[in-house]
Amino acid sequence: MSTSIDQQWTTRLRRKVAGKLPPEKLLPDTQPAYVSSWIYVFGVTTMSALAVVIGSGLILSLRGPQWWHESSIGHFVNSLHLWSVEIFFFAMVVHLWGKFFMGAWRGGRTATWMTGVVTFLASIATAFTGYASQSNFDSQWITTQAKDGINSTGAGAFFNVLNLGQMLMWHIVLLPLAAVALTALHVLLVRIKGVVPPYEDKVGEAQ
Amino acid sequence: MAWISFLAALIPLNGYGHYLHWGVINISVANFIVIVLMVVTFVAALLLPFPGRSRRKESK
Repeated sequence: MSTSIDQQWTTRLRRKVAGKLPPEKLLPDTQPAYVSSWIYVFGVTTMSALAVVIGSGLILSLRGPQWWHESSIGHFVNSLHLWSVEIFFFAMVVHLWGKFFMGAWRGGRTATWMTGVVTFLASIATAFTGYASQSNFDSQWITTQAKDGINSTGAGAFFNVLNLGQMLMWHIVLLPLAAVALTALHVLLVRIKGVVPPYEDKVGEAQ
Repeated sequence: MAWISFLAALIPLNGYGHYLHWGVINISVANFIVIVLMVVTFVAALLLPFPGRSRRKESK
């Protein structure tokens, strides 16, 4: 017989989360033997680069454009932000190729694959608004070249690439929130469903 | 700080970009190098032995 406590949304949510993702699944002690390959390191490389991107971005937002254009340390942090983004995309693309050829959507992992796809798209938009927010001739060139393409899609009605303030807000608030939340969801789904086994490992696939 | 100037002089980044043309394909040398490096990294990740892999197999 269920009590009123059993009916509470907090109780039901806790039981559902604990059932789907018990602590030993969230932070496992071991991984399957097939994970012992370099091709499996690019997901965590992407997340490590993302941590540096966020950290350097926070420092840039503290000091502002004049600092990152004119001081030596500002140049350094600006470069750190750029190069961590380069590593982020580099690792993410290699991760994507690896998962594509593994058929990583198998075994009920469609949501894991799709959150990866959407994270990739959100990351491209984040990078684009970053290039548009540099506040230099490069960003002027990029935005004036991009405006016609974006306006032709109709998105220019609410997404004006020539509006520096709007691009900066998308770049430092909206899109990073989306990218980090999607990455977290993607990792949780990997933990719930496990790492996709190789094609020949039918035993692992059945689990 | 002279060594930093020396390193910067090795790869001049302030000039015009270089582009490769093959028919309809038009790509900057920088982007082409990044794509080649990604392919090389992908192949290397598949072929290079992972540390501890043999030890894991023996212990099974």
